[in-house]
Amino acid sequence: MKHARHRLLGAAAYLLPALLIFVVFTLYPFVLTCVQSVFTTNAKGDLIGFGGLDNYVRLFQSALYRISLKNTIVYIVLTVPGTMVLSLGMALLTSRDRKGMGIFRTIFTLTMGISVAAASMFWTFMFHPTMGLLNTAIEMFGGEKIGWLTDMDIAIVSISIVTIWMNTGYCYLILLGGLKSIDKTYYECADIAGVSGWQRLKRVTLPLLSPFLFYVLVISVVNAFQSFGVIDMMTHGGPANSTNLLVYSIYEDVFVNYNYSFAAAQGVVLFVIVTGISLFQMKIVERRVTYQ
Amino acid sequence: MKKYSLALLYAVLILLAVLMVFPLLFTILLSLSDNADIMNGQYWPQVLHFENYAEAFTKANLLYYMKNSVIVAAVTTFCQVALALLAAYAIVFIPFRGSGIVFGLFMSGMMIPMDVLMITNFQTINAAGLLNTYAGIILPCIGSAFGIFLLRQNMKQIPLELKEASDIAGVGQFYFFRKVVVPLSKNSIITLAVYCFLVSWNNYLWPLIATTKDEVRTIQIGLRMLSASDTQQDFRLVAAATMIVTIPTLILMFFGQSRLQEGLTKGALK
Repeated sequence: MKHARHRLLGAAAYLLPALLIFVVFTLYPFVLTCVQSVFTTNAKGDLIGFGGLDNYVRLFQSALYRISLKNTIVYIVLTVPGTMVLSLGMALLTSRDRKGMGIFRTIFTLTMGISVAAASMFWTFMFHPTMGLLNTAIEMFGGEKIGWLTDMDIAIVSISIVTIWMNTGYCYLILLGGLKSIDKTYYECADIAGVSGWQRLKRVTLPLLSPFLFYVLVISVVNAFQSFGVIDMMTHGGPANSTNLLVYSIYEDVFVNYNYSFAAAQGVVLFVIVTGISLFQMKIVERRVTYQ
Repeated sequence: MKKYSLALLYAVLILLAVLMVFPLLFTILLSLSDNADIMNGQYWPQVLHFENYAEAFTKANLLYYMKNSVIVAAVTTFCQVALALLAAYAIVFIPFRGSGIVFGLFMSGMMIPMDVLMITNFQTINAAGLLNTYAGIILPCIGSAFGIFLLRQNMKQIPLELKEASDIAGVGQFYFFRKVVVPLSKNSIITLAVYCFLVSWNNYLWPLIATTKDEVRTIQIGLRMLSASDTQQDFRLVAAATMIVTIPTLILMFFGQSRLQEGLTKGALK
């Protein structure tokens, strides 16, 4: 007993720093956010009265919130499949060690090292109405200039292009790693069985890659729910809130409207969505691992 | 593989590569041009204006922002690795009741998005008087569930017999940690450090919230300020600044790519 207590104290010394940071900057703010969401707050964020579910009711009645929820879903539909297909294609094409593959692999991972601020600037230049490369190219071929970031219907597509470009690097890296982790004997068996080309891809490669594909899918969806930088850098949610996403809406409610409790309720909803997706992922992965 | 299909493969790869690097190349071109050329749609600079970079450094205060970013990213990386090392060590090598719960607690923390926590973390930092300080930017970012997870995976490979033997020999806990566990975890530590530095250098939302004054702002926020100011119309200058922000992490990516691939793939499989 004494020994066990001694060990617990020993462990505590090593755990304390990480635990302290965890409690102060994750656990406490999480609990407080939940509390704030059922209270009303003043402009400094102090609790001033119990509000019950008022914030949540107001939230789902708010036209602006519904717009940002809708925008986020559109944004996910636009970005996730694009990122997946692009990064999977790149990974499949570069998985074998052929001449020059090192260069392609480096190029395809490149965007992982690029910050959201820099990526937004790169594309601001591409999208610029007059000197931007895209409109110049369109004009050269006799087309109409496009208001990439100023047209209400197009802005979210433009933002999605930037996001796909930016996220491909990370997803590619994971999928390439996944492909390399597949045991070579599977392919040898496939060769012996005379399975090749599309059939091999469909029956051998993709099933074995599926845990990685699934991870990339979930990460992409979760990241899309949390997108902020691109919006803040490129559109500020505009034009006319057409690119206002969930996290940008939280940010505006705190730092522009000073409406803490309302923002807290949005935070809790975001948490529920993201956690739901993560738990769903774990369930599926668990099942796969058990039955493999 | 037949010759023509191999040619097709390379053609597709080159097309994809061009697509990926195009925004980067275009910005590099802009950063070496002068504005008159750009306005005339003359994208290929007649003379390479390398002085744009020097000007970006001085005019846009980039040196200042860069210093802040180096400090923030380096300290964040060091603290994150140190904390994760200690915690992972306790979980793996000091069997105590509830170690599973502690590990689970850390992991569940990973699922809470930072964006949800930013509201109250801002209040905490503000109340502690840490707004506009390095500590305020760094402290909320040094807990890393991913780091604990990665290092724990690695430490589990170290035979427990080593620990038992050192216990019998009467070697102190911290000595064993420092002389045996840390060296044997070197690879994972480097992977984690590269990843953490990258994430920290590129971090956007929290450094934006935690600062209102230029003196402590990181280079990412500096770029934001630049793009929102009147200088925004000075394309070659903003382009040069964008390249300056990007180059350090591109170099890091170049050297750390294979390590990251290994470490992150492991993390993906859980």
